[in-house]
Amino acid sequence: MKKLVRIAAGQGFWGDWLEAPRRQVEGGPIDYLMLDYLAEVTMSILQKQKQRDPMAGYARDFITQMEGVLPAVLDDRHVRVVANAGGVNPRGCADALLAMARGAAHHEKLRVGVVTGDDLLPRIDELIAAGHEMAHMETGAPLSTVRDRVLSANAYVGAPPIIEALARGANVVVTGRCTDTALILAPLMHEFAWPSNDWNRLASGIVAGHIVECGAQSTGGNCAYDWSTIPDLEDIGFPIVEVAEDGSFVVTKHPGTGGRVDVHGVTEQLVYEMGDPKQYFTPDVIADFTTIKIAADGKDRVRVSNVHGTPPTDMLKVSIAYRDGYKAVGTLVYAWPDALAKAKEADRIIRARLAKLGLEFDLIYTEFVGATATHGPLATIPDELPEVQLRIGVRGNDRKAIERFTREIAPLVLTGPPGVTGYAGGRPKVEEVVAYWPALVDKSVIAPSVHILTT
Amino acid sequence: MKIRLLDIAHARSGDKGDTANVGVIALEDKWYPILVRYVTRERVAEHFAKVIKGSVERFELPNLFALNFLLHGALGGGGTVTLRTDAQAKVYSSALLRLVIDVPDADARALGLPEYGA
Repeated sequence: MKKLVRIAAGQGFWGDWLEAPRRQVEGGPIDYLMLDYLAEVTMSILQKQKQRDPMAGYARDFITQMEGVLPAVLDDRHVRVVANAGGVNPRGCADALLAMARGAAHHEKLRVGVVTGDDLLPRIDELIAAGHEMAHMETGAPLSTVRDRVLSANAYVGAPPIIEALARGANVVVTGRCTDTALILAPLMHEFAWPSNDWNRLASGIVAGHIVECGAQSTGGNCAYDWSTIPDLEDIGFPIVEVAEDGSFVVTKHPGTGGRVDVHGVTEQLVYEMGDPKQYFTPDVIADFTTIKIAADGKDRVRVSNVHGTPPTDMLKVSIAYRDGYKAVGTLVYAWPDALAKAKEADRIIRARLAKLGLEFDLIYTEFVGATATHGPLATIPDELPEVQLRIGVRGNDRKAIERFTREIAPLVLTGPPGVTGYAGGRPKVEEVVAYWPALVDKSVIAPSVHILTT
Repeated sequence: MKIRLLDIAHARSGDKGDTANVGVIALEDKWYPILVRYVTRERVAEHFAKVIKGSVERFELPNLFALNFLLHGALGGGGTVTLRTDAQAKVYSSALLRLVIDVPDADARALGLPEYGA
């Protein structure tokens, strides 16, 4: 058994720094590389892509990034990769990876574990008929109320299928929707053979996962604490956890990289996207964040220990996305003098013209960027602003009305207040609104499966 | 003495559906009791009264010298539906740090709290 398992995180969302995965395998020794691509709404974007092209529906960045990572997987470094890049098409993702790998040295050593079974879209009617309401977790409304508009539905799977893939010799594991934290917990359970009811150690793995799942947010990125002194962000090192058999771990990053790992920064990440800290729900364990001990452990090293956990519930979270009308947002920039007053007058004019056209929207929403956009009435606005961006958006079910709105922005340049610019981007785009429907479903209805593929 | 939260705490925020979470951490461990005592659920609800539509919940993490707030109805319907610039509640953190609290002068001096506007 290994004394310490070193897991590096190389991606905090789909669209994160392209260089990070390669830098994580080249910057120093690691055992595992975890890559998190899936945010709440990513699945619906991928589902739309798959509807257009049955071969698509996964995070394509993963394939490009794996070109830089694959040597470390196939040579004597034996780095193993765990990624939820599969999106709504894990098999397609694995096939694309295998196709890319065929040109690489030692490609015969590649064993891709594919985890499927999280996709509930083909099973929704069957599940509803069997009494699984999948009620909205905030409003309590049953899923049947939006059934005909559902785009994607995926259960958050935990660590077990990833552990199975690793046990069967996979050196790259590709999943669909699993919890971000399982990408860290599973390698630890596999390496240390933690029993699945060792709640405290499992909870430690979850906390390690929570700290690194957002990539560089634990190494100095987006860090409010003394932000201006964080060194070399252009060269930021992504996080690495060095986990001991007892579950305690150190958060660090490769030597020579930029950024900073300290207690304040890691604490910021611990409270990020936190609900009740005593009950951090996952399918594997419920972690209690109020038990965590955190301490400095040298330069760019933070030690975390004493995490307590309790058994999970019998339910899995399901992430459902459904169509909910259309929206568009347009902008114009007004310059000094009277920038804010001019932007406000332009807003009034647009709204009056929309009303005269008889167009109806669920919402017309205006922000004055530079004055009110981020903190609204909490901010104090200086008397003289060099410029203000008028940002006006509409939302509704009538696509034609939204399209008409997009043609009401540019005319302001010649028909409204003076000192206006910043319209070169062209007409705003009409976007389909994809709304999010969080629900729970009985664990017993989800049976993930694992396949091992080779070149 | 008036104390601005920005001068005694740091924060990070994020979203879950139409709810924003703001984790607030004391800049000095010894200042945590000030957060617990004065940055109450009611005080934060009042601060955001014109900004959010729902209620406020508060949780304590004494081990991290931190408080976690859930601000419900904070995002105009949630990440993908909303028309707001801050669709995912990323800057609710600093919006909360604008809060100014009143701390008795003796307590503030004993703890070395920086006076707002001084």
